[in-house]
Amino acid sequence: MTIQFNDETFRDDFSFKNSPAAIKRFPFPFHEDSYMYSVNLEPHTKTRPGSPFEFAFDVDEHYVSEMKDRAVTLADDPLRCQSLPHMTLAGWDLLEYIMEAKARDYPDLFSLTKDGNIWHWENKPLEIDQTFIFLDESTLPYGPMEYITRQTQGDFALLDQRDDNLWLDAGMITSQADWSLDFNVGMNFFEWHAPVPKANEMGIFVRALKFLLNLQQGAPARRLNWTMTVNPLLDTSPENYHKWGPMKTGLTIENIGSKQYLRVELQTLFRLPRSNAIAFPIRAYLCRFEDLMTVPKWGRRLHRVLRDIPDELATYKGFIDNKPLMLEYLSRFDDGAPTSDGIWPDEA
Amino acid sequence: MSKTDFPLSIDSRPVYGVFEMRAGKHHLMIADAEGAEALLDLATAAPADLWAKTHIIYIPKTTGKKYLGKLQALSPDQFYAGPSYEAAKQRIADTFSKAHMGLQVYLAGTEGLMGQAMYAATSAGIPHTAIQTEHRGSTARRMQCVHCKGITEDVTHDPFICSHCGLNLFVRDHYSRRMAAFQGVCIDAEDPGNVPKSVGLFK
Repeated sequence: MTIQFNDETFRDDFSFKNSPAAIKRFPFPFHEDSYMYSVNLEPHTKTRPGSPFEFAFDVDEHYVSEMKDRAVTLADDPLRCQSLPHMTLAGWDLLEYIMEAKARDYPDLFSLTKDGNIWHWENKPLEIDQTFIFLDESTLPYGPMEYITRQTQGDFALLDQRDDNLWLDAGMITSQADWSLDFNVGMNFFEWHAPVPKANEMGIFVRALKFLLNLQQGAPARRLNWTMTVNPLLDTSPENYHKWGPMKTGLTIENIGSKQYLRVELQTLFRLPRSNAIAFPIRAYLCRFEDLMTVPKWGRRLHRVLRDIPDELATYKGFIDNKPLMLEYLSRFDDGAPTSDGIWPDEA
Repeated sequence: MSKTDFPLSIDSRPVYGVFEMRAGKHHLMIADAEGAEALLDLATAAPADLWAKTHIIYIPKTTGKKYLGKLQALSPDQFYAGPSYEAAKQRIADTFSKAHMGLQVYLAGTEGLMGQAMYAATSAGIPHTAIQTEHRGSTARRMQCVHCKGITEDVTHDPFICSHCGLNLFVRDHYSRRMAAFQGVCIDAEDPGNVPKSVGLFK
């Protein structure tokens, strides 16, 4: 196989790590030395071979371990995966989209063969060999959305479109930045974004919704979002906040480089063909500060972005208390030199 | 006075209106406590034949018998008074399931009652355009603990202690129509035991 999958954990002993190659392809979210909310959507087209933007659904060295972590989270709390009754067709749409994309983009890892409605799916990294009847739920061990998202990195929301709005009517949410699917399922676009400060008065959501309502088949879109996480936790859910919240208080200037992670979400949006729903994958990438600092441009830039970020945003993203310590650490990597445009490391 | 001016809030927080008389073949009115006043106010503008087509489901809560006589004096076609929403829940679900086109729904009183009845109505396929709400009385909140999922009714203080798991929760404005509840989140997760003084925000 072309990818060497890590055996690592996102809980307990936190053995998660990025290889040098994974650091280099990390989707650093800041294209300039400052940050404010914006819609920042761009076409999700094949970009930069080797990067997370090369394929529709990025598969990387963390794949197998992330899927194991998801299974543990679901066993503990099955409500992380919910689909309102009218969303089953959208689940099949998603299953088809992912299976076709993965079989096309990673032929050595996945294969899909179709004989009419009888489909044969092979997932070699997870050792799954499944024959099933497309659109017949009784032939899969889970509903179609749950089945395929137990095999695909990132959280998934399925958005129904009606009444000129989008409705969060299904999802597989086990690695979220502190929001509850169980609480939010069934909400419309404005309701589920209601707790986000500033963005509403800036008109962000009105513009974003207008764009999304017109999203076309075959023309997916993407954006990056980010937050901060102490320890490489995938499950930073509100449900378990009382368990992971205390970890945020253990940072020191000595350990912050290894314990503080920049958490980047690659958010993509796909119009689905039968249901007219939108698939909204939210893929989390984690990189600890000391690994980010191996790229001089990122060290300089992260310091400048966090130094200038409004307190309201730092509070919403949950790192206001650790911000002084972050700046103390990051300032050592900022010599004041100019940085190049764009998110990628400078070529040596 | 049973009316409250709610401060401007986030988009998930429900807003309530003032009843207007609408034409309908049947009328279902569900109210608790001071919500009775909204029905009695409606009566002043109602056509004479309204009450013969009306089913009132009323939960007096702490108001006891204060409004019972006045509501019964309207002579509705059906009248029910019960001890709690929970006790009335099956009757409400049954009524919605047997409803016909042309039903007008009126929900009055506390947010907890209106939210739960609204969810029962929309789940039964009642169009939201046929449902009116009017808040009266207590502003205490129905809260869901995001951690244990337990519901605590009539929360008046922030923060408060989850009646199920015992965590110290702060009261958010984020609201789920499916839960008919606001969200409570642990306030001292990052510094266990450091809980701000509880303040009475809702009456």
